[in-house]
Formats: sequence, structure tokens, C-alpha cells
Amino acid sequence: MMEGDILSDIILEMRGITKEFPGVKALDDVNFSVKRGSIHALVGENGAGKSTLMNVLSGWYPYGSYSGDIIYNGEECRFHNLKDSESKGIVIIHQELALIPYMSIGENMFLGNEQGKKFAIDWDKTHAEATKYLKIVGLTESSKTLIKDIGVGKQQMVEIAKALAKHAKLMILDEPTSSLNEEDSQALLDLLLEFKKQGMTSIIISHKINEVSYVADDITIVRDGKTIETLTKGVDDISEDRIIRGMVGRKMEDRFPKRSGVEIGDIALEVKDWTVYHPLYSERKVVDNVSMHVRKGEVVGISGLMGAGRTELAMSMFGRSYGTGITGTLIINGKEVHLHSPRQAIDSGLAYVTEDRKGNGLILSNPIFVNTTLANMKGVSSRGVINKDKELSVAEEYRQKLRTKTPSVMQNVGNLSGGNQQKVLLAKWMYANPDILILDEPTRGIDVGAKYEIYCIINELVAAGKSVIMISSELPEVLGMSDRIYVLNEGKIVGEFAREEASQEKIMACILSTDSAAKE
Amino acid sequence: MSKTKVLAFVQKYTMIIALVLVTAFFAWRTNGKLLMPQNLTNIIAQNAYVFVLATGMLLCILTGGNIDLSVGSVVCFVGTVGAVLMRNNLNMWLAVLVMLVVGLLIGAWQAFWIAYVHVPPFITTLSGMMVFRGLSNVVLQGKTVSVTNEKFVQIFGGGAKCYVPDFFHGENINILCIVVGALCCVLYLFFTIRSRTVRKKAGLEVESTAKTVITAVIIVAVVMFFTYRLAQYKGLPMALIWVAVVVLIYTYITGKTTVGRYLYAIGGNETATKLSGINTKSIYFFAYANMGLLAGLAGILTIARLTSAQPTYGQNYEMDAIGSCFIGGASAYGGVGTVPGVIIGALLMGVINIGMSIMGVDANYQKVVKGLVLLAAVIFDVVSKKKSS
Repeated sequence: MMEGDILSDIILEMRGITKEFPGVKALDDVNFSVKRGSIHALVGENGAGKSTLMNVLSGWYPYGSYSGDIIYNGEECRFHNLKDSESKGIVIIHQELALIPYMSIGENMFLGNEQGKKFAIDWDKTHAEATKYLKIVGLTESSKTLIKDIGVGKQQMVEIAKALAKHAKLMILDEPTSSLNEEDSQALLDLLLEFKKQGMTSIIISHKINEVSYVADDITIVRDGKTIETLTKGVDDISEDRIIRGMVGRKMEDRFPKRSGVEIGDIALEVKDWTVYHPLYSERKVVDNVSMHVRKGEVVGISGLMGAGRTELAMSMFGRSYGTGITGTLIINGKEVHLHSPRQAIDSGLAYVTEDRKGNGLILSNPIFVNTTLANMKGVSSRGVINKDKELSVAEEYRQKLRTKTPSVMQNVGNLSGGNQQKVLLAKWMYANPDILILDEPTRGIDVGAKYEIYCIINELVAAGKSVIMISSELPEVLGMSDRIYVLNEGKIVGEFAREEASQEKIMACILSTDSAAKE
Repeated sequence: MSKTKVLAFVQKYTMIIALVLVTAFFAWRTNGKLLMPQNLTNIIAQNAYVFVLATGMLLCILTGGNIDLSVGSVVCFVGTVGAVLMRNNLNMWLAVLVMLVVGLLIGAWQAFWIAYVHVPPFITTLSGMMVFRGLSNVVLQGKTVSVTNEKFVQIFGGGAKCYVPDFFHGENINILCIVVGALCCVLYLFFTIRSRTVRKKAGLEVESTAKTVITAVIIVAVVMFFTYRLAQYKGLPMALIWVAVVVLIYTYITGKTTVGRYLYAIGGNETATKLSGINTKSIYFFAYANMGLLAGLAGILTIARLTSAQPTYGQNYEMDAIGSCFIGGASAYGGVGTVPGVIIGALLMGVINIGMSIMGVDANYQKVVKGLVLLAAVIFDVVSKKKSS
């Protein structure tokens, strides 16, 4: 029973892993084990904890910053950084390509792992080694080609070659195909199967369920920071339906405040045939011929995976803050508008509450009152002179209205919790007095209680006759809050559901079916 | 006071505490010479250009730690233009106007490239540094042009005759100086009390009465001591008037106007500012064009104090200005810093300079000390930021 022995040989076991970030438990007592020589897929919704788990494994989050044990090749490991795990043959390939565009393939492959002596890099050896590994992954490019001159698909292959050059025994791939086209994805998956034959173990994180069913021997489903179940090919049902059920399986609890008696009125905002191209790669369509609308008093949800073009759609409508070559019509309150700057968008009654509140929403080093009035300085100043007393009372008013927990509005926003920061961000845009608010991931990274309060605020907004477009990766939230839902995938609207007819399974299926349709 | 409170207090008033300690140290080492009327006067007169340039520099730094390297050369060029015009008997006020306009135009030239073409400020102003140094040399043909217009020197200069005349004709002591000092104190008290009552009425929180009273007492004491000392010498130096005007105007702009607010906002988070509907380009333009204007004013003060224009004037002025900003608490990443803070930074540098000069410390060691003080101030900024995040 040689074969049986090999199959049951466990290369990696993670036991009771718990990892907390300020205010959020990202991983909660996770157990995870991988068989030697297998391809193991990790699936789950955005933010379920897949990447966090892999970052714990690779030492990105050093030993001590989490609790639990990692047993690799039968010994307990305490990795303090990536170098530690790499020396054992665990190599992680991150979702964003970590290659330097103006360096050659060879230089990139051995970055941090330079060949030759410490003060004398052996370039001949570097390129000879690089060529060897490039051959393995099926690239024919010279190792002296600059990274910027090869396509994304080949760059991903270089990443894999780089991992091989580090003598990887366990390769972790975080969304390796997310930026690849179908052909390149297929090549990559086949390469993984080829490696498997040679005894390599791989862990692959993916959103693309069809790819997972194609390539994986085992599939572990992660949900809300916990591993829910592991399905094995040939033993369990690993159909797409089955996997999706596992991913979204939580019950719709009473997490959403009731909204009643809100009258849905005329169309407040409408876009027709909206197309946006990538700002740098101007031949890439990011938003593709989108038409949608939102009515007064209505909450419209936009669902879709990360990278589906949701934020890009919102920002391009908001005074062309994103993209080039924008075409299409934007109609606000029945009038066609041409918005060329955020200022014009705000003046037309539009507000865009940004996705990344720390990155492009708030000024963390400044106090609450400064952030509250920033989008509407006219309201607290005359002829360019600020009335600070008025400013403070405005900030105070919104603090009370939104129940922001803070000792005073003089407090720096950076000192607040995520939920309270989000409230300040909402206050800022509410004070700009818009008719239509686009909320991009309004509850990301905040706890359940704060989420509920944000939902209440959304209900108050629509009760006051405003329109809300809510972009969210969390399906329960979209389902629980929206009157109507658009599903966006790869820049296109691929589905529209009324509240009553929508379900998590339907939305997921909608996204996945267009994914596989694109494949065929 | 608890330990954390003490720590917070020290953190908030670090530079003031440092200034007090450094002043006390040099007062002790120089047997009180540092605080003699003439030396106090000199701290102002000699450093007038630093105060002016540092104020302008602060606005640039606020936008994101961006600096202007060209100010020393611009000071020289503006001074050159003014000196040549006045040698050709142009009316003094007209010459002043031309100098300010030239400064503003140079600022606008650089600001255009920085704000609208996104040339990095460092490169743009490095270019300006070379261009205007070169042009000054070309105009002066390597020679000195002296400024003989006495009225000009009196009004803008820092020399023996450059004081506000004492209308009260006090004997031994300059009465006007004391009156002005007292007036400043009264105005300060008036505005403090008024803002307190207004805010109380509006139901906003105000700081504790004890704190307000203590702050007021300290400020009044410092102002009165300072003006009394000046009065014992020759009264109010004209340079002090110009510095005061600049400081007041720019404290107002940074603290009370929307433009000022946007400067801080850009430095804090440029994307967020842009998405809040603010035209960030015009704010960059404002900061750098304004820097040119203030470099123009500094040029005026410089040729008036030195009563000539030379191709070497203004060298390293940019470093004095940048140093004052960072010592005065401006963040190297932008978004943080105040005009009063920067003035304290400049004063600290000035006190160290003059203190060491009185002690007879070699000028090269003075540079070493100043350099280390600058590094220490920025280390403090970086470390305290790391801790708070």
C-alpha cells in the first residue's frame, strides 16, 4: 500500500490558528492540513480570512503575532519572517505581482537571493540559473528581458519560476489567475498539475470555482475567519453549487434594521452605455457599457468580486476621478450632466463615500471637525475665511446625529476605531448635502454593532428622500439592505435582481456563469 | 499631574520648552549677555529674512514635505534687481513694488511647473536655485552694487538707524516700544476673552480658566520683558515690524482661511482632498507662487540690511528656512506645522547662533551644532509619529 501511504502523508498542519487585528478577529481557531504532493484549494468570500491564513503560514505575520501551531514536515515551526519559511521550502506568491518593472527577469528572480558572493554578484550564474527555471515554466524569453516588456501572464510565470529558484516544496498561490486571461490561466493551472506529478505541493487561493474544481484535490472552505469544511475530490461532491453553498452558508440573521414606509420616487441618477478605460493601459476596458439607475428613496446594491470594476464605475461617475476615454451619458434628476471634476459632481448633488477610508477618504492626522467640513467648506466660510465656531458646531451636530463615539470633535480621526472613522466619513458627505450617495464598501473592517448603526444611517438617508448606491463585497449586506441589486462582473452588468427574487446562490451563480461563459 | 499628562504636555510644547532651556543655557554661559538689549535686538534684525522665508517655506512643506531650494538665489536676484534699479534713481517705493512682483513672477514660474506639469518640486526649485544665482551674477557682472537710498535702508534695514522713531521722545528709554508692547498684550487679552465668551455662548467647550489665565500671564510677561529690553536699546527695529506683519498675515491664512485649510488637507491626504472636490493644483500653485513673493520680501530686507547687493547674497538661506520649519514642528511628510511653531524654530536657531557667537565658538562648530539640532528635531517628529500610529 505504498500509494496509500503517500496520500495520507501530511506535509502541513495548522492547528488552532487565531489572529486578531485591532477590532477584528480575522482568524478564529482555524485548523487546516495539507497532504504531501496534492493541490489544495482555499475558497471563501472576500475577507473570509484566506490570505491572512497564508500570511501566517509564510511568516509575514511573525510567530507571536498569532496563536496556534504550525507543523510542517513533522516539526513545529516558528517563522519570524518570509526568509524563515522560504528556507524550509514554503514560498508564497502574492496576489499583486511583486516584480520590479525596470529590472530584467533574471534580476527579479534572484532579488534577495542573489547568486555569487556577497559583494560580487555573479551575473552569468544568475542568468544561467534563471534560464533553467524559465524553461521549466515554459517561457522562452531571455532572462535579460525587462519585466515591463512581457505580458501579465508571463509575469505570473516568472513569479512561479522565482519560487522554484528558491527550491520551493510547498508553493502558495494567492489568486494567481485573477489578472490573467483564460488562455494564460489554463497554462498556469496545467503547470501546477505538472508540478504535482513531480511531487510539489501547492495551496491555491481562488475565487474562480471552476478552476478550483479543475485543479484541486482538496478544497477547504473558509468563512468568517473559520475553516468550515474540507471537500476531497472523488469522495465528496465538489460541484460548483456545493462549493458556493459552503461559501455563503450562513443564515440571514436579524442583522439589518427594517426599513418601512419609504416611498420610492422618480429616477434620481441614471447612466447609459457607460464605458471606462484603464488610466495606464488605455486599451483595457474596466467598465464596459454599463447602464443602470437609482430612484429617490431607493437603496441600490452593486455586487461583484473585487476587481469587477465597481469602484471604477463609481469613481468615473464622480467627476471622472478614475479612468480615461470615458463615454456614455450621465443623467441626474432628469438632466444630462457632464462632470469633469469632483467639485462639479458635488455641486450636482453627488457624493462618493470612498472605499478605502484611510487611503483616500479621511485625513487621519487631522481632527474630526476638519474632516467633517472638507467637502463643503463653503458652508462654514465666507469669502475664504473660515468661521471656526460654526465649523465646530457643525461637526458636533453630526457627531450627535451619527452617534460617533469620541471625547470631542477636536480628536484626530486617526485615533478613532474603524466604525467611528466610517461615521466621520459619512458625516463629511452628508454635510455636503447630496441627493445621491455612492457608498463604497461602507462597512468593511468594522464590527457588527457599528455595521448595524451604519445601516440605520443608510435607512435615515433614504427616508429623507436621498438615493443610495451601495457597493459591497458582502453578499448578506447587499441582500439585506438593497431594494434592487445589480451584479457586476469584469466591468459588465451581468444581472439585476429585485429584493424579493435575489439570493446569495443566484448572485454567486450569476458571477460564476459569466466567468465560465467567458472561458468557453 | 499624572505621568501621561506630563508626557502629553512635554510633547505638545517641546519646542517652546527647548527654546526656554536653550535660552537659559546660553544666558548662563554668557553671563547674561545673551539677554542684553542689543543682543535681543540683533536676534530679530539678523534673522528677519529667516522668519520671512521660513513662513513661506512652511506653506510648501505643508503640502507634503515639499521644499523650495531656490529661495536663496531668488533673494539674491530680487535684491540685485532692486539695487540696480535704485542705483538708477528709481523711486524707492516703485523699486520695492518691482522687487515684490519679480519675486512673485519667479514663484509663479516654478509653481506652474510644479502644480500643473507635476515636475517634482525638488527638481524645479533646484533648477531655480542655479538659474537665479546665475542671473544675479550676470546682472551684477560679479561686482557689488551698493544701496545708497537712505530712506529705503531705514525702512527695511536692520542697521543702526533702522528703528521706529519714538514719538514720545523718552529719555534713556523708548516709550513707544513699551506702549506697543502693552498694546499687543491688551489686544491679545481682548481677543482671548472675546473668543471664550462667544464659544461659551454657542455651547462649545472652552479650555479651563486656570489654563487660559496661566497662558495669558506667561505671554504678557514674555512680551513685556522683550519690549522693555528693546526699549532700553534703541526701540523697535523696523525689521521686527515687517516680520510681525508677515507672521500675523500668514498665521491668519493658515489658521482661518479655506486656502490654509486645504494646504493642511493636501499634506494629510491628497487623494481624499481631491475627492472632496478641492482643486489641489491651485493650492500647490498658491504655495509656491507665495514662496516667491516672500523670497522677494526677504530680498528687500537683505539688501537693506547689508546696504548692497552681491552675487553671493542669500547663499544657504533656503537651508535656514527649511531647518527652521522642521525644528519648529513641521512634519517632513506634510500636513502638520504652524506659523508660530516655525517662528519658534527660527528663534531657536537664532538664539543658538548668537549665543555661540557671544561665547566665541568657532563658526564651523556652530554649523555642526545647528545640523545636529535639525536632525534631533526630525527624529523626534518621526519617532513620536511612529508611537502614535
